[in-house]
Amino acid sequence: MAAVLESLLREEVSVAAVVRWIARSTQGSKDNPGEAAALSSLRPLRKEFVPFLLNFLREQSSRVLPQGPPTPAKASGASAALPGRPGGPPRGSRGARSQLFPPTEALSTAAESPVARRGGRRRVPGPARERGGRSLEEGVSVESLPGAGSRRLRGSGSPSRPSLTLSDPPNLSNLEEFPPVGSVPPGPTGTKPSRRINPTPVSEERSLSKPKTCFTSPPISCVPSSQPSALDTRPWGLGLPPGCRSLQEEREMLRKERSKQLQQSPTPTCPTPELGSPLLNWTGGLTDELADPARVSSRQRLELVALVYSSCIAENLVPNLFLELFFVFQLLTARRMVTAKDNDFELSPGALDSLESPLFQSIHDCVFFAVQVLECHFQVLSNLDKGTLKLLAENERLLCFSPALQGRLRAAYEGSVAKVSLVMPPSAQAVSFQPETDNRANFSSDRAFHTFKKQRDVFYEVLREWEDHHEEAGWDFEKGLGSRIRAMMGQLSAACSHSHFVRLFQKQLLQMCQSPGGAGGTVLGEAPDVLSMLGADKLGRLWRLQERLVTPQSSGGPCPPPTFPGCQGFFRDFILSASSFQFNQHLMDSLSLKIRELNGLTLPQHEPSDEDGESDVDWQGERRQFAVVLLSLRLLAKFLGFVAFLPYRGPEPPPTGELQDSILALRSQVPPVLDVRTLLQRGLQARRAVLTVPWLVEFLSFADHVVPLLDYYQGIFTLLLRLHRSLVLSQENERKMCFLNKLLLLAVLGWLFQIPTVPEDLFFLEEGPSDAFEMDIVAPEHGLDSMPVVDQQLLYTCCPYIGELRKLLALWVSGSSGRSGGFVRKITPTTTTTSSLGAQPPQTSQGLQAQLAQAFFHNQPPSLRRTVEFVAERIGSNCVKHIKATLVADLVRQVESLLQEQLVTQGEEGGDPAQLLEILYSRLCPHGAQALALGREFCQRKSPGAVRALLPEETPAAVLSSAENIAVGLATEKACAWLSANITALIRREVKAAVSRTLRAQGPEPAARGERRGCSRACEHHAPLPSHLISEIKDVLSLAVGPRDSDEGVSPEHLEQLVCQLGQTLQCRQVRGGICHLRAAFLCPCVRPDNQSHAGSGPILAAVIMVMPMVSIFPPQFLCPPAEQHLAKCSVELASFLVADQIPILGPPAQHRLERGQARRLLHMLLSLWKEHFQGPVPLQLLLSPRNVGLLADTRPREWDLLLFLLRELVEKGLMGRMEIEACLGSLHQAQWPRDFAEELATLSNLLLAEPHLPEPQLRACELVQSNRGTVLAQS
Amino acid sequence: MILTKAQYDEIAQCLVSVPPTRQSLRKLKQRFPSQSQATLLSIFSQEYQKHIKRTHAKHHTSEAIESYYQRYLNGVAKNGAAPVLLDLANEVDYAPSLMARLILERFLQEHEETPPSKSVINSMLRDPSQIPDGVLANQVYQCIVNDCCYGPLVDCIKHAIGHEHEVMLRDMLLEKNLSFLDEDQLRAKGYDKTPDFILQVPVVMLCPLAVEGHIIHWIESKASFGDECSHHAYLHDQFWSYWNRFGPGLVIYWYGFIQELDCNRERGILLKACFPTNIVTLCHSVA
Repeated sequence: MAAVLESLLREEVSVAAVVRWIARSTQGSKDNPGEAAALSSLRPLRKEFVPFLLNFLREQSSRVLPQGPPTPAKASGASAALPGRPGGPPRGSRGARSQLFPPTEALSTAAESPVARRGGRRRVPGPARERGGRSLEEGVSVESLPGAGSRRLRGSGSPSRPSLTLSDPPNLSNLEEFPPVGSVPPGPTGTKPSRRINPTPVSEERSLSKPKTCFTSPPISCVPSSQPSALDTRPWGLGLPPGCRSLQEEREMLRKERSKQLQQSPTPTCPTPELGSPLLNWTGGLTDELADPARVSSRQRLELVALVYSSCIAENLVPNLFLELFFVFQLLTARRMVTAKDNDFELSPGALDSLESPLFQSIHDCVFFAVQVLECHFQVLSNLDKGTLKLLAENERLLCFSPALQGRLRAAYEGSVAKVSLVMPPSAQAVSFQPETDNRANFSSDRAFHTFKKQRDVFYEVLREWEDHHEEAGWDFEKGLGSRIRAMMGQLSAACSHSHFVRLFQKQLLQMCQSPGGAGGTVLGEAPDVLSMLGADKLGRLWRLQERLVTPQSSGGPCPPPTFPGCQGFFRDFILSASSFQFNQHLMDSLSLKIRELNGLTLPQHEPSDEDGESDVDWQGERRQFAVVLLSLRLLAKFLGFVAFLPYRGPEPPPTGELQDSILALRSQVPPVLDVRTLLQRGLQARRAVLTVPWLVEFLSFADHVVPLLDYYQGIFTLLLRLHRSLVLSQENERKMCFLNKLLLLAVLGWLFQIPTVPEDLFFLEEGPSDAFEMDIVAPEHGLDSMPVVDQQLLYTCCPYIGELRKLLALWVSGSSGRSGGFVRKITPTTTTTSSLGAQPPQTSQGLQAQLAQAFFHNQPPSLRRTVEFVAERIGSNCVKHIKATLVADLVRQVESLLQEQLVTQGEEGGDPAQLLEILYSRLCPHGAQALALGREFCQRKSPGAVRALLPEETPAAVLSSAENIAVGLATEKACAWLSANITALIRREVKAAVSRTLRAQGPEPAARGERRGCSRACEHHAPLPSHLISEIKDVLSLAVGPRDSDEGVSPEHLEQLVCQLGQTLQCRQVRGGICHLRAAFLCPCVRPDNQSHAGSGPILAAVIMVMPMVSIFPPQFLCPPAEQHLAKCSVELASFLVADQIPILGPPAQHRLERGQARRLLHMLLSLWKEHFQGPVPLQLLLSPRNVGLLADTRPREWDLLLFLLRELVEKGLMGRMEIEACLGSLHQAQWPRDFAEELATLSNLLLAEPHLPEPQLRACELVQSNRGTVLAQS
Repeated sequence: MILTKAQYDEIAQCLVSVPPTRQSLRKLKQRFPSQSQATLLSIFSQEYQKHIKRTHAKHHTSEAIESYYQRYLNGVAKNGAAPVLLDLANEVDYAPSLMARLILERFLQEHEETPPSKSVINSMLRDPSQIPDGVLANQVYQCIVNDCCYGPLVDCIKHAIGHEHEVMLRDMLLEKNLSFLDEDQLRAKGYDKTPDFILQVPVVMLCPLAVEGHIIHWIESKASFGDECSHHAYLHDQFWSYWNRFGPGLVIYWYGFIQELDCNRERGILLKACFPTNIVTLCHSVA
């Protein structure tokens, strides 16, 4: 490989030829046969060139790049590798940054083909099956190579490699030598220093099995910060088994290799690392070296390499575009220690054209190289977000080295509107209860219904608890919530309950996690739209502040492993804790279904012809819709991948050898949970890669190690690789993909290729883009790919790691980092729910009319069709609802009245309910036939208006009327199809419900129900509340009963007032809110305000009918029946106490009793209340209960006149019959009384009964009033 | 009406071992003249109920019942007109109505062949005239009318108060032209949890002295004072369930609440002591 590079440097071959040679295997250079010949001899190495180049650059830069934040754990690994090294030999402790090539390989024949070099393993033909020989490299890399600058690629055992280490500037990246203290290590991979690293065990047998480290990222098992410990311990986490048998062996090999290097480069050319202060601080201890274009050491060589490198990037020959950009940015922002004295290299003459001397000899070289590369990728840069552009344009080094590029960047910055904020307002709310899917009718049994009711509450309880605690140290999901979750899942017995719960789970997932805002910060908080009502100014500041607070400092490097940030963690942990097979299965079913649905969604098609002003407005909406769909898909696919591959992921190493073969054989028989390959193929064919690929990548990122070996998935990877190679950004073509769409795909694919489970050889062993790939895309005229559906916001949302570039630049200007905090974009919360996206195409019959309709739409703008279909769908659905609310509701009312009749004629029981129902069905169901006619009429009436309202006014009349007719037809078709299939069942159901309702409502006192009266006209509705009255009367009663203090009592006025108030309360039966007037108007057609034609009254009728179900038969009033009952009873008790003169009266000390006249007046008032105003029964017989009559027994002298008066009045007013009183008095005799009392009672009884039938009541009353107390009985 | 925890604790402190009688209430009103009667009564009632819940068991041991019954019998044997049962209840720090029930049960056990059913007992408590023994009937009646925390009359008053406030709230909603579904309508539609009112169009309640507003989807009326104990029970059984289904909502504690309990605003449960005046409704643009 080095030969290629060297011949390039010697200008034997042109850069273009080299790139052609790499990219297109088959065709040599036609222009220069010499070049072709030179290169063709190296053909077997062609595939290894790019990895070599990348490694070469990393290797070279390692000498000047302190940026790659090393992991402290490397120290332990390194020292462990060299046991007994007390002070650390200066060379041996350099860490593995320069260990680009595994010693095993170095020791083997370098020229051997990659496959041959794979440690004697079974060779599998085909791409990227094995990755032998990487074991050691990985074992070291896990510990020591985190930064982008330390990328190592297997596969190019260059013979010249050892010479690369000849000159050896201080390795500032070696933390053992230069441990950073007190500051976050710069660079995106700033991982927590406490990161654990277990040396990866090495085994020749396990080339495929070990968890691969991302080139640039911490291994998945060491993901810092937000990832809960579950990652390490859970079955799917790729935790490395601690300790391993072959570790010693590995260390031994490492030691050998190092000693070999020591021999080759005995003396470092640079100062020894000892000068590094242990208190070195990146910002404090380092000073930026001024980069000077004049001091670049070998321009020509750098230019050449930069050109080759840029071309490889441009041709997508590197796996990850943004990783390379990150690397270049690192070079651009490289800092050096001033104390380092390695600025001037002694260059041997002639070294310039070879690889013998270091490529980057100074910071000037690095910056020069970086700027050279950046110049080639201006287009990508100009599409980055505004913040990055600003930082880049303000970078003084860039200005210094390429004022032209700086000028272009500044212009791009000024023209850019691509402000990106990763803080989106959280939109979390609970999934709302929808009667259509959630009420009793959707469950198999009451039990299932109530169980689910409880489960919903438990689910949210768990969610709230998680919110409160998950950020607390020491809180553990499983410990805190596991058992509760499992108990809840255990209750889900019925299969249908599972599907209900999964629906809830999935909806909640989408609601909470769709936006990246769901990835952090508050979740169940304020709804965003409230805030937006309250002043945008404060809001803006709030968001800005929030962004600063919640935007994570690092998302884990430019290639972070797949994670579940923020709320997603809850759902992942929930799945893990639930560990329910049924739940997982239902969840997979549901996720797959939803993914299919969303992936197949007809997203609004942009019309290229529509180039007027409206398109702007449309585009915002369409982009937003696309973003919502894409983000939902990614989220769903991520969880689908997680659950689907969950059983195959475990902490134990993946199998190898024969075991692996048998597993492969087995797994290849298992059908995929979702046929993603077909979906991908279709997506590519339909030119919808921009929608399909991003979610597919999320799905695949959770695949286990075996997956990439399965034929099915290999096919997918091949397609993805070809797609990746075909997405050349510089190829601008009208019919091809939009730039940002490409960029998104490149970013997500690049990320996928760095996922540990994806074999890296896959990328480099794959042949170049086959022409067949280009061919088999029979692209439709305007696929989604060619529409500008992706904007920077979406790009950064899907690939937050691109933001690492900005962070790198911001770090460069740290100290004035305030500058980077300014970009904030308010994001209008998207309220579109995914379920309502797009109209489902209505079912069309295959008739001629349908064909005509199709033809009609063909030449019309697609928006017309969308409108018509939408209207038809809505009107059809409304039609059904309308029929339910009118026809069916009418029938139900008929049922109610029929039922009343039935009940009246048959007595209370009303006969056998089942029989009753059948009678009703037979009478009512025939009316269902009207539904179709009514439905047709409804669609006919409603559809045209809607279509007209939605289409542009300028639509030609003929087009308009055709559209209207089609809409009417489609709506009618839809409505009638539903009605004819369901109307009878619907009527039966509603009638049944009405019957049971009516029967239930048939209370114990049916007679009383019909007679409720409203207030009189004069009533002002200021009567006291019933509760107050009961309470007041209760107080009087308790005073009467005692015990009481001597100063307690009531005034006669108070008593009178109380009775008055009772009257008011009973009389004020205000119908609350006046809805009843409407009802009354409806029920009496004569008073209907407009007495026009029947058709004209339709809407009013409909409106009233709509209101009807909302109004219960007797609208609520303050006085509810139980209160009235108690009032009645209390009033009777009060009367008894009045009769017995037991109420303590306030007043002059001597007079503690009520005057007879007053008592009589009060009784009179009570009597009239009983007679007139109580609507329920009054328990008047209580007046003659032994207890109340007994009250009289205690008084001396006994006074019977009031009782007699009361009884007579009762009879007179018809409140009690003589017989009834007689019976009561009769039963009184059974009680034990004092002898004299019994005698008096008997006299009273006789007196009352002996009276003639009320000749002159008034007179009699007068007479009684005048008679002396206690003498009545004597007289008679 | 809205009390701080400290204010509440001060009131609650005065209620320890106070019998639930008319007299106690009068004293309480004198002690806290600035508080509304209804609030005080509500707090008293809830505190007393907590107290009874704690001590309920000890009054229901057979020894305790026997001893109460004997004391009752002795008492009425001496003087049937004296408030024997009421005094006994106050003396042993138990609710008079509950004491009445206890003695009535015991009495019926002795005098009837079959043990009395709950409904018979309830019916006799509602109407003591049905109690076969005249003296006991009077004693029971006396207990019931003098008890301000338990008993059929108190239950009825509480129920009526709850109902009246719902009706009042309904009136206010109608007056504000806010369309809603009430509990009965929700039940008819098959909702599994039913707040008093669900607003068909959500509104925002603005809070004085704060910039923020709160979206309200549902309103629950509580004609009581919101203390910690009852509020937590309501949260668990009702308010969170409503949130889980309908989103954020409003709880009106008509008799006030402990200020510190209003801590779930951000999460979607807003507490108020009256119907809020500052409401923002969705504006329909006039086209």
